[in-house]
Amino acid sequence: MSGLITRRNFLRTSAVAGSGLILSGCNQFDFLADKSGPARQIMESANVLTYKAQRALIGEQTLAREYAASEIRQGMKPNGSVEPSTPEYIFLKMQNFASYKLTIKGMVEREVSFSLDQLRNMPAQSQITRHDCVEGWSCIAKWTGTQLGPLLDMAGVKPTARYAVYHCYDNIQRTLSGDILYYTSSDLIDAYHPQSILSYGLNDQVLPVSNGAPIRLRIERALGYKQPKYLHTIELVDDLSSFGKGRGGYWEDTGYDWYGGI
Amino acid sequence: MRQATDKPKGPLIYRQSIWTRVTHWVWVICLFFLLLTGLQIFNAHPALYIGQQSGFEFDNSILKIGAVNTPEGPRGRTTIFGNTYDTTGVLGMSGPAERPVYTAFPGEVTIPSYRDLGTGRVVHFFFGWVFVATMLIWFVASFINGHIRRDIVPRPGDIAGVPRDVADHARFRFKHGRTYGPLQKLSYFGVFFILFPLIVATGLTMSPGMNSIAPWMLDLFGGRQTARTIHFVVMLLLVSFFIVHVLMVVAAGPINELRSMITGWYRASPGTPVTEKDKP
Repeated sequence: MSGLITRRNFLRTSAVAGSGLILSGCNQFDFLADKSGPARQIMESANVLTYKAQRALIGEQTLAREYAASEIRQGMKPNGSVEPSTPEYIFLKMQNFASYKLTIKGMVEREVSFSLDQLRNMPAQSQITRHDCVEGWSCIAKWTGTQLGPLLDMAGVKPTARYAVYHCYDNIQRTLSGDILYYTSSDLIDAYHPQSILSYGLNDQVLPVSNGAPIRLRIERALGYKQPKYLHTIELVDDLSSFGKGRGGYWEDTGYDWYGGI
Repeated sequence: MRQATDKPKGPLIYRQSIWTRVTHWVWVICLFFLLLTGLQIFNAHPALYIGQQSGFEFDNSILKIGAVNTPEGPRGRTTIFGNTYDTTGVLGMSGPAERPVYTAFPGEVTIPSYRDLGTGRVVHFFFGWVFVATMLIWFVASFINGHIRRDIVPRPGDIAGVPRDVADHARFRFKHGRTYGPLQKLSYFGVFFILFPLIVATGLTMSPGMNSIAPWMLDLFGGRQTARTIHFVVMLLLVSFFIVHVLMVVAAGPINELRSMITGWYRASPGTPVTEKDKP
């Protein structure tokens, strides 16, 4: 008898609890998307913690895993911009990037520029690594290029510089007030990392347009949005607030974490 | 408490320490946000794979959720181990017929309620940190105050007592003793010593930064994409635990159970030996 009553109460209470659960989702927590809101500010402090924890834990030179050639089982999946339509880029592409220049400027002793041929004639390095998109997918490919570090040394990075900002040709977003060009940034540890290469080759072929021709920077210990395609200028700075919306990159401006190592 | 006057009452025992109670409720909040933002993150690429990478030119997927166009209009489709099911209204396609939403999991169970991977990640990692910190506090406190030894780690006698405990649970007959029963111990042991560490470790294995310092984690879990799949499966197991946990609280007497997890004081079954520290 008492068992019956317990069971009935049990079912009734479960039904109430269940409907409460369904209602609990919805949109009460959409305010967390407001990047100027206090709750969001507190939560973003965890990004700083992640960055500092990983920088403290992981050596500056610790390498990303490299894979065997047999792990390249497919082409590199193109994502984001795959066919930039800015006039500058279309012009460069038409003449097969013959007049392309990579410029290093900002807080450096001397501004330097390199043609594609110059970059190709510098010490080359290949690495088979896994590209992890922030969306969740991964793709293994072979990247060939030259290390960024020695180029930064040629320019002579000033001791006050803290970040490298990577400016790209692609109009990742078109708005009524004009194109938004892709950019991102990293600290100097990632810029000088031995696997950070200016890549011009992909899977033993010339880097195709859909993957960032003529030059894509690889920062192998970070997610895909930290691998800027169609790169043309690297600017050394001590503050990121003057670029875009001030969060250090195109995707970062939309709310992604700046570090991108997790 | 009306009917209690007619029945014999067991003693009121101090069962849950302040450490157990505080960590319990912090976890409730953490897991709520971790689940709903986790589903938001999953929606950015609603597929799970086995291996290091995601097959786009080969197939190593075990789960795919999406929407397809059919002669009758768009439908939500879920493919598990090669078998495809129509999941319109729940997975792949949901919302009102005139304004359908094509996300894997519907907005009712994601934070934010619309597609926003950036916000989902920020909130997920914030509560990930709180979750791990709480876990460390719980382990240290519960080791020192004996909660782990007394209530969590099953003893040989507990294993032997499982069949009887299963029979009692099936009859909704619950024993409210000083320590946990065999099934309670086994399920909490599974959550604290297997599922919690596993979901944290597989989460970290998805971090390219962590992969550089601990590449062995990639090998341990069979690749980054397998780690992501395990992370998802452990989530499903934790959700299952949560459902059973709440049902058991309701079945075993929600007032008494909730009181013990808020104040620490728990009404034991009649016949429980009384000690000096108990209240009548």
